[in-house]
Amino acid sequence: MTDKEIDEPTGVETTGHEWDGIKELNNPLPRWWLIILWITVIWSVIYWVLMPSWPGITGHFAGLRNHSERANVDAAIAALETERSAQMQQLLSATSIDEIERDPQLLQFAMNAGGSLFGDNCATCHGAGGQGFVGYPSLVDDTWLWGGTLDDIQKTLHHGIRSTHPETRLSIMMAYGETGAFSSDQIDDLVEYVTYLSGREADSEAVVRARADFTQQCVSCHGADGTGDPQQGAPDLTDAIWLYGGDRKDLRETLYYGRAGVMPHWTERLSDEQITALAVYVHSLGGGE
Amino acid sequence: MVIAAILLIGVLWSLFTAARAADPLMGAHAAMFLIAMTVGAFALISHLSSGHVVDENAYETGIVKAGVVASVFWGIAGFLVGVVIAAQLAFPSLLYFPELAWTNFGRLRPLHTSAVIFAFGGNVLIATSFYVVQRTSRARLWGGLTPWFVFWGYNLFIVIAATGYLMGITQSKEYAEPEWYADIWLTIVWVAYLLVFLGTLLKRKEPHIYVANWFYLAFIVTIAMLHIVNNLAVPVSLTGSKSYSLFSGVQDALTQWWYGHNAVGFFLTAGFLAIMYYFIPKKAERPVYSYRLSIVHFWSLIFLYIWAGPHHLHYTALPEWAQTLGMTFSIMLWMPSWGGMINGLMTLSGAWDKLRTDPVLRMMVVSVAFYGMSTFEGPLMSIRSVNSLSHYTDWTIGHVHSGALGWVGYISFGALYCLVPWLWKRKALYSRALVEWHFWISTLGILLYITSMWVSGIMQGLMWRAYNEFGFLEFSFVETVEAMHPYYIIRMVGGLLFLIGAFVMAYNLWRTARGDIREKEYARDAALAAAPAE
Repeated sequence: MTDKEIDEPTGVETTGHEWDGIKELNNPLPRWWLIILWITVIWSVIYWVLMPSWPGITGHFAGLRNHSERANVDAAIAALETERSAQMQQLLSATSIDEIERDPQLLQFAMNAGGSLFGDNCATCHGAGGQGFVGYPSLVDDTWLWGGTLDDIQKTLHHGIRSTHPETRLSIMMAYGETGAFSSDQIDDLVEYVTYLSGREADSEAVVRARADFTQQCVSCHGADGTGDPQQGAPDLTDAIWLYGGDRKDLRETLYYGRAGVMPHWTERLSDEQITALAVYVHSLGGGE
Repeated sequence: MVIAAILLIGVLWSLFTAARAADPLMGAHAAMFLIAMTVGAFALISHLSSGHVVDENAYETGIVKAGVVASVFWGIAGFLVGVVIAAQLAFPSLLYFPELAWTNFGRLRPLHTSAVIFAFGGNVLIATSFYVVQRTSRARLWGGLTPWFVFWGYNLFIVIAATGYLMGITQSKEYAEPEWYADIWLTIVWVAYLLVFLGTLLKRKEPHIYVANWFYLAFIVTIAMLHIVNNLAVPVSLTGSKSYSLFSGVQDALTQWWYGHNAVGFFLTAGFLAIMYYFIPKKAERPVYSYRLSIVHFWSLIFLYIWAGPHHLHYTALPEWAQTLGMTFSIMLWMPSWGGMINGLMTLSGAWDKLRTDPVLRMMVVSVAFYGMSTFEGPLMSIRSVNSLSHYTDWTIGHVHSGALGWVGYISFGALYCLVPWLWKRKALYSRALVEWHFWISTLGILLYITSMWVSGIMQGLMWRAYNEFGFLEFSFVETVEAMHPYYIIRMVGGLLFLIGAFVMAYNLWRTARGDIREKEYARDAALAAAPAE
């Protein structure tokens, strides 16, 4: 120990060490600091006694309160399920939307359940309000590829579209250009034809040229007048609603490469009651039939 | 000799791997290693053949200068990437370029974290530790050229890590993303770092080891241990970049957070406390407040920090007893952390007036205040019921940045502002007014950052747990994302201000190193000093 001295501004003794001009004062530990340190230590020891804490060779000390976070979660979920079971059962046995709508309480329950399920499972593709995006159908308009009744929606949810479910809804828009079924010129003509069908101005010569091809290849699904068929999932070509865009460029792409969007089936992830609730919610979004 | 052997082995390994790389990414990295090793070997030969004689009684300052330059460079790079990814979060579709994979958030985010923590923070720590250990031991750095090997080796690791992220090489461990070969290289460099530090301490001419050096040593030793254990992995091929971790499942998660939390504890806390313990007393020209407090808070910090990691895994597959221990050790850590804050702040007693006149000292004191705030917030967030709200939200991001920008950033800037005039032997900084500008611009930036993340984090947590009367979730996830948008813009602005501040600092330091000085700023001081006190 070298020279201890008294530091002038504070009147505290130094320790006598010095490094590169830095000295140290010999202040004691601040009392409040020490007290709080001990409080946190004592609190921790009490916590260890009460809660699951230290491990041993074969297991761990379970704590005097025998607390288990996992058991608490299980109990909370079980309690919620019991509370909901009556309404869930009602949803399961409902045979039509009318039946659910007649019971305002049940309808409210279904809408709440469906809204929450929609946010977790459907909003990612169809948008938070069900407004849809390119390639993901809008659920708020009156146009339904596969029908918009409660049963139709329920079936779509159960089986999906082009999904892995054995009873999936299935329709194919062929890749007419890529497969060589039509030449590039034929496709250009058909683009004009579809443009004409939807009530827009089109090259009339091309429309005349395309008529035979349309009758041969497109009518079986989209119908002679092009209004589509919800039984086959074939879209109406005469309205202004286009899943993949209705510009000539978009139409050409659709005809050339085909389209095959996938809607997954939900039977593995959601229960039948949940699917009914979801169908009620989607049906209510604006365009239910 | 050892360095030469390492370089030779490095050349051979990288030549072999570059020639037979199992994947093109590994080929690119092996080529970079090869270039670095060859340049290193030539530098070594030319140095040895130049017959340069070292004055054993003089301090090694060249390496500290290099460290200062590297720190400023990496700091700005890291802050810049931070602003870019903050903008990506605020405007995701605007800044999404699917054809340029390297601009993806998933690759830029580890680039940001590694650049600020390891490239900026690491270079600051290496530079300051090499400066401090020499001065407080009154001894030249041990090991001849070894310190230079540490410096260049460490920066090579940074380059390998950063280019790896951009190319898509990752082992997916947060803050430990580089793959096995980069990890091995860092281990070699880190052992050399430890040897240099210990060697210098052993030949010290002071009877005692100064407190800053305890913290530096704890940082170096513990980081070595954490790095090695968390990165234990088996490479798929010795010439390929991919490896598989030794750990899986919850063991992997626990090991990762034991590492992750102590990277905060020993890299960002212990290391930077060492900086505080040297630069604050030095700049304030006051003795350290309490020797006894420094001993007690050092050992309690070291002992308690290492157990706190499980608080990152509340409500997960981690057994509840481990969560309990992680949480209680975090609570007990509160006062040991604050011991450093008390010692830093109270060192100012008798010199509080300097806060008004010395912006560099003020920066360091505000840094200690941020340290105190985040080391209070940390234990609070480790309490399980608080964590159930805060976990996975932006609150965590805000917490990290109050520590990173406020504490680590400011104490580093303070040290850099001290070191540049000392190392380049200048009378004073080029401009004190620019330090003021830096201080106020970046303080505003930090406050915008932290407060926006508090609001957005707590809002996010509350929205996630909001239920309606039937017990169904009130909000969908995408609605919570939408609600955060304005706060993400505020955060981006905060980060941008912090970056601007760093540019101001870089300019000021560059002018200082050149020997420029804004005379008129200092003329007033001289006039005041000359006038008799009333």
